[in-house]
Amino acid sequence: MRLQEEAIQVEDLVRAAGSPGDGALALFLGTVRDRSAGRSVLFLEYQAYPAMAECEMARIEREAIARFGVSRIALVHRTGRLEIGDTSVGIAVASPHRAQALEACRYVIEELKRTVPIWKKEYFQDGAVWVEGQGPRAGD
Amino acid sequence: MIVHVRFFASLADRAGTASTSVDVPSGTDVTGLWRALGRNHPGIADLGWRPMAACDLAYAAWDQTLDGVREVAFLPPVSGG
Repeated sequence: MRLQEEAIQVEDLVRAAGSPGDGALALFLGTVRDRSAGRSVLFLEYQAYPAMAECEMARIEREAIARFGVSRIALVHRTGRLEIGDTSVGIAVASPHRAQALEACRYVIEELKRTVPIWKKEYFQDGAVWVEGQGPRAGD
Repeated sequence: MIVHVRFFASLADRAGTASTSVDVPSGTDVTGLWRALGRNHPGIADLGWRPMAACDLAYAAWDQTLDGVREVAFLPPVSGG
């Protein structure tokens, strides 16, 4: 399960990624900030294209395992309404050694932000806006 | 051929809908589909930039033909994380 409405449990991520053969577990949590470009954010809403997001997240996991030689990756992103301070994305990468785990973890979050079809909507006191990332466009 | 179309985030707002179906001639590519959609959804006709397209859950080029494709999605730049 890579997309979920429920809160992300760190222990679940750690349990899903870790194994006795690994000496390192890198963990990344993305959390909801209370400000965006100087404005106070009340809450966020994440929308996904679920079937494609799952495909892209699986691709990123496969690529990171092949590229960095890590053992296992647990990756989960929330959808729906999130409050300030909530964890929106969680990544756990287990590996025999720390360097690969840390590099792979960085790779997974950067790739997720670049290609996984998930969008964030920021709600302010006076309205709401869809955030459009630096991700790919077909051309301007 | 009937192609099922999905819009997400700001594009759904502009299109006024999250999904629709269009009957396009065989051989139509993503560009042709976008043009056809613009006739019924003026909000996307004057977008000014091309969103990413996905055919059956995979990113696709705008010159990809839609023969055999069941679902095309138009995706604004993603902002997950």
